[in-house]
Amino acid sequence: MTSVTDVSPARPALRLTRAVQGLERLVVPALLIAGWEAFARSGMLPPALLPAPSAVLHALGDWVFGFDETTQTYSGHWPRDALASALRVFGGFALASALGILAGVAIGWSRLFEKTLEPTLQMLRPIPPVSWIPLAIIWFGIADKPAIFLVFLGAFFPVLMNSIHGVKTVDHNLVRAGAMMGANGRQMLTDIVLPAALPSIFAGLRIAVGSAWMLTVTAEMVAVKSGLGYVLWDSYYFLRYDIVLAAMISIGLLGYLSDLSLKAIMARTLRWQQATTVQGRAG
Amino acid sequence: MGAIELRNIVKVFSDKRRGRDLLTLDNINLDIEANDFVCLLGPSGCGKSTLLNIIAGFEQATSGRTLVDGKQVERPGSDRGVVFQQPTLMPWLTAIDNIAFHLKLKGVARAERYDRAMEFIDLVGLRGFEHHHPSEMSGGMNQRVGIARALLMNPSVILMDEPFAALDAQTKLEMQEELVAIWQKRRCTIVFVTHSVDEALVLGNKIVVMTKRPGRIREAVNFDLPRPRDITSPEFNDAKRHILSLIREESTRLAQAS
Ligand SMILES: Nc1ncnc2c1ncn2[C@@H]1O[C@H](COP(=O)(O)OP(=O)(O)OP(=O)(O)O)[C@@H](O)[C@H]1O
Ligand SMILES: [Mg+2]
Repeated sequence: MTSVTDVSPARPALRLTRAVQGLERLVVPALLIAGWEAFARSGMLPPALLPAPSAVLHALGDWVFGFDETTQTYSGHWPRDALASALRVFGGFALASALGILAGVAIGWSRLFEKTLEPTLQMLRPIPPVSWIPLAIIWFGIADKPAIFLVFLGAFFPVLMNSIHGVKTVDHNLVRAGAMMGANGRQMLTDIVLPAALPSIFAGLRIAVGSAWMLTVTAEMVAVKSGLGYVLWDSYYFLRYDIVLAAMISIGLLGYLSDLSLKAIMARTLRWQQATTVQGRAG
Repeated sequence: MGAIELRNIVKVFSDKRRGRDLLTLDNINLDIEANDFVCLLGPSGCGKSTLLNIIAGFEQATSGRTLVDGKQVERPGSDRGVVFQQPTLMPWLTAIDNIAFHLKLKGVARAERYDRAMEFIDLVGLRGFEHHHPSEMSGGMNQRVGIARALLMNPSVILMDEPFAALDAQTKLEMQEELVAIWQKRRCTIVFVTHSVDEALVLGNKIVVMTKRPGRIREAVNFDLPRPRDITSPEFNDAKRHILSLIREESTRLAQAS
């Protein structure tokens, strides 16, 4: 039994349990990494084939800060590589978001666009973006452009589909309420349909940013000579699996970071939605 | 302003999935004069909301004519304020922004919007909640935002679909009094759907009783008891007895038919 008086003296203890709960999440990753380290050091596989986490960390550290040139020509070049990839992601993603939302809202809102535009787009959608690589290289050469084009292809369709869905599932009665209050066609779109579709559009954007990272890396492996994906593929040729793993970790972290920032923007924009989570009114 | 004429309104919903047509409103004829306070009584599913939707311009009658101030209703418009059966607020807007939405659409500046909306926030007793979102308020509070939103437009016709159904007895009483006061001050036409005979008799000066499906008008009773109305007075009870007998007749007629 707890009583009301228990609450305030229990505060420090509460903070402690929070910290312990935070640690709980680290148990599985810590065990995995420790097991990996032990396995790699046991010598059952040559170290070149399975670098230990410590070696990967070492490579990553040198790649980022350039302290002992263990990553040779890459030493200290991480910021440049990461920036190159990030800019491609950003470029393709921005383009895909703008066009995806525009086309999605148009198709969701107007029968005319639905009839004329949608069938073509839906036919293009099942074609894997990767299969555009040959054409992309022929059209754009080996540079940023084919990568941005691929990122665009991968990010466009999730945004498009979710925008269409968001607009189509707008509560019919909200549209009626808008008409009752005298909204004209444009206001109906900007003041009612668009805000109502935003949660769905954001869901599309979050899927899209994930695809964007996947496709940048793919493009960099074949069609560009810079960026994290290029380093990954290049290191594979030189059998530097520590750098390969360091590149994978970098991509994972940057992708995660992009999703986190998008999530933060979403939380700010959709603050009105937050009170209606399943858990109740989380702070 | 705000006279409504319904001429031979028929509404058939075609139910494509089940492959049959549903006759919902069967030849409705009703004259509502400007500044009438009409209460619409009828069993669930008889087409009350459908009738309001037709007057509001949300739906077209299958046949018949709907005139407001002599003009054929073709589309919704801010001359007819609607309080929906469900609150139907914009979930991304706060209470005050929902109430002032009409002004925003007209391009009124924010300061003035808020200024004018505050009056209605007070009217429906939501001071202190003006910056809450619909998801942070109770059903009854949201319903009151919906009422304030319709009143702010100052329409010549207000269509209300069971607006007080979600309110507690105390709040309901207050809101009924407020509504009558607003109606007396503004002289607008109100069409008010309710399930409660008492509520209809407290509010209306014309009570329209509808029949079960397909919806027809059983009788339109004029009721001009002076206000504030004493619900224990003999006149009130006479009228109540009459309305109840209309409803009872209806149910015995149905019982015999089946
Ligand atoms: N959009 C629609 N499509 C098909 N049928 C409908 C539609 N709207 C209403 N109906 C049917 O019309 C009938 C009347 O519905 P309506 O909502 O007008 O009833 P009501 O009198 O308002 O009932 P309640 O008091 O329960 O709100 C119902 O039988 C319903 O099934
Ligand atoms: Mg109804």
